[in-house]
Amino acid sequence: MKLELAGITKRFGALVANDHIDLTVEPGEIHCLLGENGAGKSTLMNVLFGLLHADEGEIRIDGEPVRFADPGDAVRRGIGMVHQHFMLVPVFSVAENVVLGFEPTRAAGFLDHRKARSDISRLSKEFGLEVDPDALVEHLPVGAQQRVEILKALIRDAKVLILDEPTAVLTPQEIEALFRIMRSLAAAGRSILFITHKLKEVLAVADRITVMRLGKVVGAADPSAIDEAELAAMMVGRSVELVVRKEPPKPGPVVLELRGVRIVDARGIAVVDGVDLEVRAGEILALAGVQGNGQTELAEAVCALRNPEAGTIRIDAIDLTRATPKAALRAGVANVPEDRQVDGLVLGMSIADNLVLDLFDRTPFARHGARDLARVAADGETKLAEFDIRAPSAREAVGNLSGGNQQKVVVARELSRPVKVLVASQPTRGLDVGSIEYVHRRIIEERDRGAAVLLVSSELDEVLALGDRIAVMYRGRVVGTVAPSAGRDRIGLMMAGIEPPDLPPPDGDQPPVTNLDLI
Amino acid sequence: MSATSPAEAPERPAAPPPAGAPAWRRFVRFVTEANVAMVTLLAVVGGLFVGAILIVVTTPATLHAWGELGSHPGRTFSVTFQTLGNAYGALFVGSVISPSALGHAISSGQGWTGVFTPISETLVSATPLILAGTGVALGFSTGVFNIGGQGQLIAGALAATYVGFGVHAPIGIHLPLVILAGAAGGAVAGFIPGILKARTGAHEVIVTIMLNYIFLYLLEYLLTTQPLQKPNQSNSISRSISSTGQLPHLFGSGLRVNLGLIVALAVAAGASWFMRRSTLGFQFKVIGANPAAGRTAGMDARRATILVLMISGALVGMAGMSTLAGTDFFLSTGYGGNTGFNAITVALLGRNRPLGVVLGSLLFAALSTGGRYMQASTGVPIDLTSVIQAVIVFMVATPALVREIFRLREAGAGKILLFTKGWGG
Repeated sequence: MKLELAGITKRFGALVANDHIDLTVEPGEIHCLLGENGAGKSTLMNVLFGLLHADEGEIRIDGEPVRFADPGDAVRRGIGMVHQHFMLVPVFSVAENVVLGFEPTRAAGFLDHRKARSDISRLSKEFGLEVDPDALVEHLPVGAQQRVEILKALIRDAKVLILDEPTAVLTPQEIEALFRIMRSLAAAGRSILFITHKLKEVLAVADRITVMRLGKVVGAADPSAIDEAELAAMMVGRSVELVVRKEPPKPGPVVLELRGVRIVDARGIAVVDGVDLEVRAGEILALAGVQGNGQTELAEAVCALRNPEAGTIRIDAIDLTRATPKAALRAGVANVPEDRQVDGLVLGMSIADNLVLDLFDRTPFARHGARDLARVAADGETKLAEFDIRAPSAREAVGNLSGGNQQKVVVARELSRPVKVLVASQPTRGLDVGSIEYVHRRIIEERDRGAAVLLVSSELDEVLALGDRIAVMYRGRVVGTVAPSAGRDRIGLMMAGIEPPDLPPPDGDQPPVTNLDLI
Repeated sequence: MSATSPAEAPERPAAPPPAGAPAWRRFVRFVTEANVAMVTLLAVVGGLFVGAILIVVTTPATLHAWGELGSHPGRTFSVTFQTLGNAYGALFVGSVISPSALGHAISSGQGWTGVFTPISETLVSATPLILAGTGVALGFSTGVFNIGGQGQLIAGALAATYVGFGVHAPIGIHLPLVILAGAAGGAVAGFIPGILKARTGAHEVIVTIMLNYIFLYLLEYLLTTQPLQKPNQSNSISRSISSTGQLPHLFGSGLRVNLGLIVALAVAAGASWFMRRSTLGFQFKVIGANPAAGRTAGMDARRATILVLMISGALVGMAGMSTLAGTDFFLSTGYGGNTGFNAITVALLGRNRPLGVVLGSLLFAALSTGGRYMQASTGVPIDLTSVIQAVIVFMVATPALVREIFRLREAGAGKILLFTKGWGG
C-alpha cells in the first residue's frame, strides 16, 4: 500500500502546526520522520490517524483520496498506530488485549479465544514478535508490551504502521530487537512510519528520512548519504555544538550518602532495595537504567518526598531519612523533578509566582504573612534575563511556555537557593537542542561550583555525556558503578540486569559522546 | 512530543484588539464574547426567560389567551405581557423598591420606612449568603469541596447561641464574643473533615455531607435539653440571646438590616485580600492547583487542607451567627434552612471570587424576597424563583451552552473559567 500526504495543513488558531506537508511512504519502506519536540510530527500523525482533521490537503492511499472521520476509519483503511504511551489493559491477557474491540466471536456472540490465540501465534512467528498469548500484560516487560501493541495493529491488518517514539522506554538491546522486527515487517511489504528525534536510530534503520522543523518539511535525506551532524543541522536549523564540554571532576568530600536504602511503594512492594551510594562534592553521579527500576523513587527519597522504610540518607551531617521535603530543601537539596508539569510547576500561575514557589513566605518576598508582589515581580524579571527564559514577561502563565522554557523556570528556581546537592531527574526530556545545551551547561557549572550532583536519566547518551561515575539500576538495586569509559554495550547489559564479571576491559577507543546523541 | 508544547497548543482565539483601540470597539468586543460577565448576565436573562414561559403555561388567563392566538393574536400578546409585567414587576417591587410607595412618601413626607423595607429585607437575606458563599468559595478555589455548609452553619449558630445567652457582658465585649463564637463553631465543624482528609484521605465531600446530618440532629437533640432549650417550653426552641449579643440595626428599628451586613462585606473584602496577597492564601492556591508541585516546593499539603476547611467552616459558621444575632435571636429545629446549599450556588455564580459572591448573593436574596411578594400580590407561586435560580446556575455552569445560544465569540484564554475541576481532589 502506498500512502501519500499532500499539502497537509493544520492550524491551531494563529499557529500553523503543519504547513503544507508532503510525504510519501512506499510499500515495504521504513520511513523516518525526524524532528525536534514541537516540530509538528505528532500533529501530522494525529491527522493521518483520524484524531485531528486537516484544514487543507489530502491523504491518498494507492492514489485514491481518503477522508478519516475517526481512528476507526484509519484502521479500516490499513493504518495502525503504536502510541508512545501504551494503550493496554494491564489485567487482561495478551490475546485479550490484542483482539480488544475486534473480538472474533462464535455463534451467539461467544468470544472465540482459540481463533484469537492462533491468529496471534501465526503473526508472532511470521514477524519474530515473541510473546506468550496467555501472559497477563501487567507481567510483561516494556519491550514485550510494545510487541503486543504492534500485534494489535497487525491483527487489524495494518499495511502502514506508525511508531511514535517507540524507543524511549527500551534498553539498547530491546531497541535492536525492535529494529529487527521493523525490518522483517518491511521485508513482508508493510510500510513503517517511524517517528523519532534520535539521530542514531534513524541512521540505523531508515530507508528514507523526512526532516520536519517548525511545522514544515525542511528536507529529505538518504541515510547512506548523510551523517549525524548534517541531519542535526537540518533538524535544528543551525549547526549544533557537538560535545558536552566538561573539565575532569575535582571531587571533594562525600556530601550525599545513602546506606542500605529500601523504599516500598503503596502496595508494599520494594521498589528500591538495599542501595548504597555516595556522591562527592564536585562530581556528577549518573543513575542509569531503564525507566521504572527504582531511580525515580530513589531521587524522590533524597528530596524527602518519600521516606525510606529502611536505611539512611544523609547530607553532610544532616540525617534526611525521616525528614520533610521542606527540611531537605533547607538542607541544600535542589530538585529538578522528572515531570516538571506535575511536580515542578503550577501551570496556571505566573512565571514570577512559580519562581518563588519555595521561598514565597520568606523575606524579601513576604513580610508578616503578606506577600510583596512588587518584589516577586521584580525578581521574576531578573531571573527571566539571568536564566534566558524566553517569555514576554514574568506575568505570563508558565503553562503558555514551551517545554524548554518551562524547564528553565524550574532550573532557575532550584539553583537560586544555596545548593549542596542537585538532584536532576530526566532534566532534558522533551527539550529542544538549545535548551538541552543550556541545562547541561548549568548542571556542569553547579558541579564545578562544588555541588554534589545526582543525575537520573534513562537516556544512555546523557548519562555518558554528563556522568563522572555511572551507577546502573535494575529492579531496585544498583547493579554496579562504572566509569563512563566502560562503554555503551556494557552499560546496556547492566541496564538489563546482567553484570558480566569477565567482560574484557574497554578498549579505550569509545566514540566521543556528543550532544547529537541526545536530541 | 508533549501534548502541551506550544506547537500543539489547543485552539487559541484571535488576539484581542490592542489597548489603543477605540473604547466603543472594545465595548462591542466585550459584549459579544463569552467572558465571565457576559455569560453570567445572559444566564440571568435565560433564567428570566424560562421563568416567563413557566408563568405563561401555568396561569389560566394566559393559557386561555394563547388558545385564541388564531382568532385574537393581539389579545394573546397583551394578556401575556400584562401577566409577565405584573409578575416580574412584583418581583422587583418586593425586593428593591416600590415606585408608588416612593412617590407617596415624597408627596406626603411619610412612610419612608415602607419605601426601604424591600431593599432592607433583601440585604438581610443576602447577609448569611455572602458569609457562607465566601467560605465555600474559599474552599472551592483551593480545590476543597466543602458541601458541609449546612452543618457548619448550625455549628456556628449553636456556639453563638450558647455565648449569646450564657455570657453577660456589655455589648462592646459580648457582641464580638458572639461573632467569634460563630466563627469558632464553624471552624470546629470544618476541622473534622479537614483532619480526616489529611490523616486518612477520606474525601471531604462525603464527610461534610454526612456531618450535615450529624449537626442537624445534634441541634434537634440539644433543643430538647437544658441549658439550650427555652425553660418551661415543650417546643424545640432555644433560649433567646441577650440584647448585648445582638447585631444592632443600621437604620433604626423599623428596618431589619443590621451590622451583620457590614461584617459580611468586611469578611468578603478580607477574603479577597487573603487570596490575592497573603502567603497562606498563595499556599492554598498552589496546593489547590497542583498539590504535587506544592509538596515538592516544601509546602505541607495536609496542614493546608485542614486550615482551608477550618477557615471555610469559620466563615460559614459566621453566616449562622449572622441570622441568629441579626434577626432571629433563638434557634429552632431545621435552623438555617437551605442557606448552606445556596452558599454553594452563589459561590458558583460568583466564580469563587468574593466580589462575585456578594453580587450573586444580592441577586439570590432579591429573587427570594421578591418572590414572596410576587406570590402574595399576583398568585404566581414563589417556587418560580427557585426555577429561575436553577436555570441561572445551570447556564453559568455550562458556558459553552450560553455561548451557543447567544452566538458569542470565544473569550481569550483565562477569561472564562470553569467552576471546578472535578471531585477527584
